[in-house]
Amino acid sequence: MPIEIKMPALSPTMEEGTLAKWLVKEGDEVKAGDIMAEIETDKATMEFEAVDEGRITKIAVAEGTDGVKVGTVIALLEGEDDGSGESTPAPAAKESEPRPSPEDPNKTGSEAKAAPEDVEDHGKPADSQVAGSAAPASGTPAPQRAAGERVKASPLARRIAAERNVDLASVSGTGPNGRIVRADVEGAKTGAAAPVASTAAPAPTAEAAAPAPRPATIPDVPHELTKLSNMRKTIARRLTESKQQVPHIYLTVDVELDKLLKLRGELNAGLEARGVKLSVNDLLIKALAVALIQVPKCNVMFTPDQLVSFGRADISVAVSTPEGLITPVITEADTASLSSISTRMKDLAARARDKKLKPEEFTGGTASISNMGMFGIKQFEAVINPPQGMILAIGAGEKRPWVLKDGTLGVASVMSATGSFDHRAIDGADGAQLMQAFKQLVENPLAMLA
Amino acid sequence: MADTYDLIVLGSGPGGYVSAIRAAQLGLKVAIVERERLGGICLNWGCIPTKALLRTSEVYHYMTHAADYGLKADNVGFDLTKIVERSRKVAGQLNAGVKGLMKKNKVTVVEGVGALTGKGKLSVKQGGGTVELEAKHIIVATGARARDLPFAKADGKRIWTYRHAMVPEEMPTKLLVIGSGAIGIEFASFYNDMGADVTVVEMLPRILPVEDEEVSAFMEKRLTKEGIKILTGAGVEKIETGAASVKATIKGKDGKSATEEYSHVVVAIGIVPNTENIGLETLGVQTERGHIKVDGYGRTNVEGIYAIGDVTGAPWLAHKASHEGVVCVEKIAGQDPHPFETWNIPGCTYSRPQVASVGLTEAKAKESGRQVKVGKFPFIGNGKAIALGEADGFVKTVFDAKTGELLGAHMVGAEVTELIQGYVVARQLETTEHELMETVFAHPTLSEMMHESVLGAYNRALHI
Ligand SMILES: Cc1cc2nc3c(=O)[nH]c(=O)nc-3n(C[C@H](O)[C@H](O)[C@H](O)COP(=O)(O)OP(=O)(O)OC[C@H]3O[C@@H](n4cnc5c(N)ncnc54)[C@H](O)[C@@H]3O)c2cc1C
Repeated sequence: MPIEIKMPALSPTMEEGTLAKWLVKEGDEVKAGDIMAEIETDKATMEFEAVDEGRITKIAVAEGTDGVKVGTVIALLEGEDDGSGESTPAPAAKESEPRPSPEDPNKTGSEAKAAPEDVEDHGKPADSQVAGSAAPASGTPAPQRAAGERVKASPLARRIAAERNVDLASVSGTGPNGRIVRADVEGAKTGAAAPVASTAAPAPTAEAAAPAPRPATIPDVPHELTKLSNMRKTIARRLTESKQQVPHIYLTVDVELDKLLKLRGELNAGLEARGVKLSVNDLLIKALAVALIQVPKCNVMFTPDQLVSFGRADISVAVSTPEGLITPVITEADTASLSSISTRMKDLAARARDKKLKPEEFTGGTASISNMGMFGIKQFEAVINPPQGMILAIGAGEKRPWVLKDGTLGVASVMSATGSFDHRAIDGADGAQLMQAFKQLVENPLAMLA
Repeated sequence: MADTYDLIVLGSGPGGYVSAIRAAQLGLKVAIVERERLGGICLNWGCIPTKALLRTSEVYHYMTHAADYGLKADNVGFDLTKIVERSRKVAGQLNAGVKGLMKKNKVTVVEGVGALTGKGKLSVKQGGGTVELEAKHIIVATGARARDLPFAKADGKRIWTYRHAMVPEEMPTKLLVIGSGAIGIEFASFYNDMGADVTVVEMLPRILPVEDEEVSAFMEKRLTKEGIKILTGAGVEKIETGAASVKATIKGKDGKSATEEYSHVVVAIGIVPNTENIGLETLGVQTERGHIKVDGYGRTNVEGIYAIGDVTGAPWLAHKASHEGVVCVEKIAGQDPHPFETWNIPGCTYSRPQVASVGLTEAKAKESGRQVKVGKFPFIGNGKAIALGEADGFVKTVFDAKTGELLGAHMVGAEVTELIQGYVVARQLETTEHELMETVFAHPTLSEMMHESVLGAYNRALHI
């Protein structure tokens, strides 16, 4: 029997992708770990590795094809010990698995021939029954995960995940051998377990609310057509969801920057030998993280049944790339040193521009920051990155006439910062407290180092 | 020169000796210090010898009820000395077993009374002198002892603790058991089945107060039927010891005091942790209401000093002590065990009938704000129970209506202490009602009631 190689789910949110390039051709021998293809997902271009050994007998999906649904057979592989005379044609193989059952999309070629001892597989009928019966009727897609990775989860964890619409693939398990247990799904509630990295769309109506592909009438003006990249489609869907479903509230403060700029200069003088140069943004990431810990009511995530309060601050930082916006995450920014934030940020931003981020590097933050200061933007309101509870929009630092401490008018470096808060989860007063805390940390920056 | 080890364990109960074995398995050089007998209370003066006694009273009960099974047994009687001898022999066999385990695992056994003298230092007083030991890690597993009544110290003659009650030289004719926890109820059941006139007095409104209310109510009714007098909501005010009897004044539910004469009194009102004179103060080890304060890995506030078992607090059970010990040692050895938690520790009472439970009672589950589904299946609906002639009892399960989590299970009846583990495993694996319903239970067994109870919670029970 040839092994079916299927379109993998390379990120938790991936539903389809573009088969950008084949690196093997029919007749090639591959072994586990060989890179077979490049696949463009909604977020990045990823390499697709072989998990089995054998000869490629058929390439079923040509390179350059887009909109390839996760789970579609893209190639056939003949294993070593398969009789070479018995070269089963592709259609026959397809027939052997006629139903597009919900768990199939997650199976890679290797899993399709998984040995019977793989009993904890998600493909177990009982599991899909449980998930299926409890899942909301909107047709929420089954959990998806990286190729070859099985989700081990307890029945109770599966039940709770289905109920809360939590994507198990995005949850890290703390049970034996990484099994996902109840506490992992409940996540931040107990504090002990790893926080839920990300969840599926907060409301079951997400699908319905996605922008309808309206046949637009293009005005009779000379124009060019550019096909939307998967990343662009994802951005469009997520931002629409956010603005339609999340009631935003905006709070703006003006923040004096002189002390922070001075501190940065001093720190950089000291860090020069280590090759570290802190940017103002690095300091602002830290300030936001510390502020979130000081005002925990803003370090939250809204879900239909529960408010998830996080025990640490992981900050998603908006990075713009030629393809669009992506938000790599600085984990544990509240406790990380500034030099660590700075080094990590440089690396993440560089790899984001090269589309080389791994899914876990751009999912799972607890709040976001977006800085448009370098474009001279004075002040703006950012769109919340669901399921997070807030995003901080940073404007340009500029010299402004400023009423000084002694009441006289002088000049100071000042920037405007605007927080957008999910008003379902965060009250205005709590948001205001966070903005106050942020302002104070920036204006007395030594406090965030202590 | 002090002898140096990786780990010293102070106390060799089920907490201590299991820790020593696990540490040896993980390659640590281990010493264990014991002032009495290896195996601690559990093997020598607790779990095991009491179960030996209760087996005797159970067999005796069957013999006196032989006719129920179509048997003839005339002149049924007993020899108290032999009963106690058997119980001691069972304890002795297990004590020897622990000795063998220590040897097999190359654990050095140091006899004597140990006390911490500094960080990583422990001195052991022996008959002849003192031995100094040193180790980077020291686990305190000194256990607990019986709590005395403030106004009547146990003297071993008329007023007994569990130790005396386990090695009686004469059968009590009229016994007062003070306290209706597992230990009190077990002794009440033993002596009642052996023919004594037994009264149990409990301050709280119900016996076995930590169990589900339905279990307490069932046991009160059943034990009363067995001939035990039960006084709940009642307190012992005064005890006068005479040469041949004891006069106890008890204030009843109605607020009236009455004095009665008993041949013996068993005091089973709880335990006191053994934290004195072991050097905790020297090192500043923190305690809380007498118990040593520890985190999920048995770590005290002082680096290198750990504590496990009865000395750290409830539940005071042997399997709790052992499990804490394993977690503690694995952490010391650099592994990454799950921290110790108490949510899934079964508790058993080996009286006739038996009681076994795990998790939340129905009342506690509701208090926690959850919607619950409750299943209850009676022994009378189970073929095996009827065949055994044990048709009295029930299996109760409490589920979270929303998630299907098995929040608690409560059983009373024959052999339920051997059944409870099925639910404990189910809970540990986080199964829901769904998997339990799909499980096939062997027929005919008492365990089928466990299935029926789950089905019953979802209105699907078959045999009722
Ligand atoms: C009558 C009775 C029946 C019981 N039945 C059950 C049951 O059925 N199931 C159950 O789970 N539990 C039962 N228990 C409880 C169980 O015995 C305890 O929970 C268990 O023994 C606690 O173990 P441990 O290791 O913490 O301490 P222990 O077993 O108390 O052991 C502590 C040891 O430390 C020694 N020690 C103390 N101080 C020093 C020192 N300074 N130097 C040297 N050695 C020292 C003691 O001599 C003792 O051997 C029962 C208890 C009693 C009294």
